Amino acid sequence: MSAETATAGSVTTSTVDADNHGEDHGHASHATSTGLSNTKLAMWVFLGSECLLFGGLISTYLLYSTRGNGRTLPADVFDIPFTSVSSFVLLMSSLTMVLALSAVNRGEAEAGRAWLLATALLGAVFLGGQVYEFTAFVREGVGFTTSPASSAFFTLTGFHGVHVAIGIVMLMSLFIRSVNGNLNQRNSETVEIVGLYWHFVDIVWIFIFTVIYLIPVN
Amino acid sequence: MSDTTTPTAANTGNVDEHAATASHESDAPSEDHAHPSDWAYVKIALALAVITALEVFTYFESVLDWGVALVPSLIFMMIVKFYLVATWFMHLRFDSKLFGRMFTTGLLLAVGVYVATLTVFEFFA
Amino acid sequence: MAIVEKQPLELGTADTVSYAEKPLGVFTRPQGGRGWRDWLSTVDHKRIGILYGVSAMFFFLVGGVQALLIRLQLAVPDGSVLSADVYNQVYTMHGVTMVFLFIMPLAAAFANYFIPLQIGARDVAFPRLNALSFWVWLSGAIFLNTSWIVAGGGADCGWFCYAPNSGVAFSPSHGVDFYAIGLQILGLASLVSAVNLIVTCLNMRAPGMTLMRMPIFTWMLLITQFLLLFALPVITVALFLLMFDRVFDAQFFNVDAGADPLLWQHLFWIFGHPEVYIIVLPAFGVVSEVIPTFSRKPLFGYEFMVFSGIAIGFMGWGVWAHHMFVSGMGPISVAAFSLSTMFIAVPTGVKVLNWLATMWGGKIRFTVAMKFAVATVAMFTIGGLSGVTHSVAPANTQQTDTYYIVAHFHYVIFGGGVLGLFAGLYFWWPKIWGHFLSERVGNWHFWLTLVGFNLTFGPMHILGLQGMSRRIDSYARGYGFEFWNLTATIGSFLIAAATALFLWNVFKSRRDAPYLPPPGPDPWDARSLEWSVPSPVPVHNFDTVPQIRSRDDWWHTKYGEDSTGKVVQVATAQEAAQTGEATGVHLPSPSFWPLSVALGLPLIGYGLIFNLWFALIGALVTIGSLYSWALEPVDDPDAAHDDHDDHDDHDDGSNDRAVDNSDSNEATP
Repeated sequence: MSAETATAGSVTTSTVDADNHGEDHGHASHATSTGLSNTKLAMWVFLGSECLLFGGLISTYLLYSTRGNGRTLPADVFDIPFTSVSSFVLLMSSLTMVLALSAVNRGEAEAGRAWLLATALLGAVFLGGQVYEFTAFVREGVGFTTSPASSAFFTLTGFHGVHVAIGIVMLMSLFIRSVNGNLNQRNSETVEIVGLYWHFVDIVWIFIFTVIYLIPVN
Repeated sequence: MSDTTTPTAANTGNVDEHAATASHESDAPSEDHAHPSDWAYVKIALALAVITALEVFTYFESVLDWGVALVPSLIFMMIVKFYLVATWFMHLRFDSKLFGRMFTTGLLLAVGVYVATLTVFEFFA
Repeated sequence: MAIVEKQPLELGTADTVSYAEKPLGVFTRPQGGRGWRDWLSTVDHKRIGILYGVSAMFFFLVGGVQALLIRLQLAVPDGSVLSADVYNQVYTMHGVTMVFLFIMPLAAAFANYFIPLQIGARDVAFPRLNALSFWVWLSGAIFLNTSWIVAGGGADCGWFCYAPNSGVAFSPSHGVDFYAIGLQILGLASLVSAVNLIVTCLNMRAPGMTLMRMPIFTWMLLITQFLLLFALPVITVALFLLMFDRVFDAQFFNVDAGADPLLWQHLFWIFGHPEVYIIVLPAFGVVSEVIPTFSRKPLFGYEFMVFSGIAIGFMGWGVWAHHMFVSGMGPISVAAFSLSTMFIAVPTGVKVLNWLATMWGGKIRFTVAMKFAVATVAMFTIGGLSGVTHSVAPANTQQTDTYYIVAHFHYVIFGGGVLGLFAGLYFWWPKIWGHFLSERVGNWHFWLTLVGFNLTFGPMHILGLQGMSRRIDSYARGYGFEFWNLTATIGSFLIAAATALFLWNVFKSRRDAPYLPPPGPDPWDARSLEWSVPSPVPVHNFDTVPQIRSRDDWWHTKYGEDSTGKVVQVATAQEAAQTGEATGVHLPSPSFWPLSVALGLPLIGYGLIFNLWFALIGALVTIGSLYSWALEPVDDPDAAHDDHDDHDDHDDGSNDRAVDNSDSNEATP
């Protein structure tokens, strides 16, 4: 955004700022053909691709949701009230994420840092809930290898969990960078891009929560 | 976002062409859009929370029998939530349409091929 | 002078930690030069293109040897060259190698080398990610082939590896594990590359280069990248399910537990049909550049070519189940996919028509490149027509799993894809290396290839209709298969001879180059921007970023109209071309981290198969490298890029090998 437009560099001389070039995407880049940031465009393109990944996993679960191999189905042991709470936690982490970006954009580094940490913590709570859910399922006889339904369930939610975990690592990296004083208005695009990823992981869960958990299997 | 200028610039005669290119293809992002206030974000989050509460409410069938309306209403609520997060939190409302197009292409393609696949498996029968 | 500041996408986990001057201190920042180390750390899209191309040609030979083994086995009835088991592995690996390790990377080579040049950019949008794509691809390719050594054989389930044949019960060796994990690594490489090239095409165009002024080759490659972007995650899902089944005892394809093996078929072909267009669209792009150049006419119906390409790209998503007509999907599904398959012939037909119309009335020069391009059109048309016969479901039922199918897809993939890419090699060779390939040897190469190709795959139509099924390791005497099988085997050895001639041509033309006049910037009097810079291309591509005023801008720089509307030359290529002597061009700094990230991935693969400790080490290597990558500044503060010149000449030099060696000795970190 601001990043792209700082200079129309395609025909200017190199102005390499030794202090923060490299990390600072936004700085001194040349105007792109569309005027859009390369990195942000790349993230959106990547998210488009991710739709096909999660779509495949979700379809696999839907196809197999009732194929229990004569054993307990995952759907039989869903704990909807519990999952509702953890879904709500993840949903609210999207709010804290967007507030973090908003604070960084306004130059309020400390507020931004706090919201980043809050987002990571909410994400961690969600992951903790997922670990609890998995162990509870295994205790009730629904393991990864029990049936096509259970394999599909653990694979889908596991993939989502890994995405959340990667998001937490990115958020904590941002947090550390902010503590070191290297997160400011000029490079807020990094926060925005991590945010895009985070919100995407959230909307995937919005989908999963409804389609996998709430809609009853016949 | 902070200091936002359109690609004006400096020492090049190419700029006009450049700008033309941009508007030609991608509805050049208006860089000086006002981002919503934090309060607007909180309101969206409240709306999301209310919808989520409604969704969970459907689970307790004893309260209200949704009958055949259950699945359509759940999917409708899901789409609303999805839309709110994508347009507000992910800024698709305010950003260049090109971003949204990249994403919706993937999304629609995914919905298309996977719904077709499940149909072949007679999943919806 | 101009700068192009690149913004490599820092990979997710890492892009955020504060900046350190000498991160981790493992590698000295590479500075660029001529030694072999500079090929390991290069982020120059042209060098990466060459790396892709050379590796792809190597795997072409590997896949070719496998093809010859297949043909030797089938040359006579009751062949005994290979055992049935080894035969299964050889045809599986032949398919996998040719598709994933030859054609796709060869197309990637052209994409990397020429997209930035055709759109007037100095590099791709993310140069380090570009290097990552190549190294990840190479590590996956090597990983896949090590299964011959460490797993006692390759995958034996056919290139589409249907469940439940791919399960442990029916394929107990580790070959399929290597297939599942190897293809995931290759897919990761292509995905990164797709994101990179899409952003490059959209964002890195020179001023005035609107989308509808982009050269048609770049357009076709852009569409290909979108197909990759959306198709790869689907096969990734399928491969994960297969891997979990085999490695962690999941139940995805266990029919006893109630699973449906058709799930694999759907996921595979949702990817697999777009994959067909991923293979042929780059070749279409090449042909669409070569034919106008050698017909001395603009491409007929540029807009139609672009939109038919897009239409093929979209419709390619709605036809996958025609690979599965005999799987018992039900009449409605079969009818629907049958119709959509017939429709996709329309935009393809548009392309063929436009190529013919481009040549019509043109002043045609039959160079080797042009011959390959015309042969591509002809051979692809044959393959396309036999493809239409597949769309007729009742006929399809007869053809499924016979040699008729093998004939069809070789006409499409070899006749359409490979011949087209060979046209590209002859066309762009002088641009890449600064000398021509010999036309005389090239002629022999072309005719031998064309005759050999038709002798090999033409008879397979007949064999298939006679009922010979594919994938059988031998056939008995007396079915009438003998003659055509022997013909096909002879044809395959003609192709091998042709390929040997090509390699000889590469060697000979390089040897003779110093004694021949150099090609100059624009030897073919061509139309697009890559011909406006010297051959070989200087490391910074363009001295000044060109200003684009029209489609085929370079042509219009050379030619104008006089008062009577007659086309006249207004400048020679030599006058109009850039000199390649810019100074002060700022280029992205090289980096070892992409290679280092890629090294961890095969370790993870071996770990999943043999011992999880390897996987842990591999993960540490990869994650550590990602962090180091992020900590490494995009631009090396120590590099003296202000007085950059062409010391990084990408032609590694037929005539200065000695210099190479001494340089690489000095470059010890």
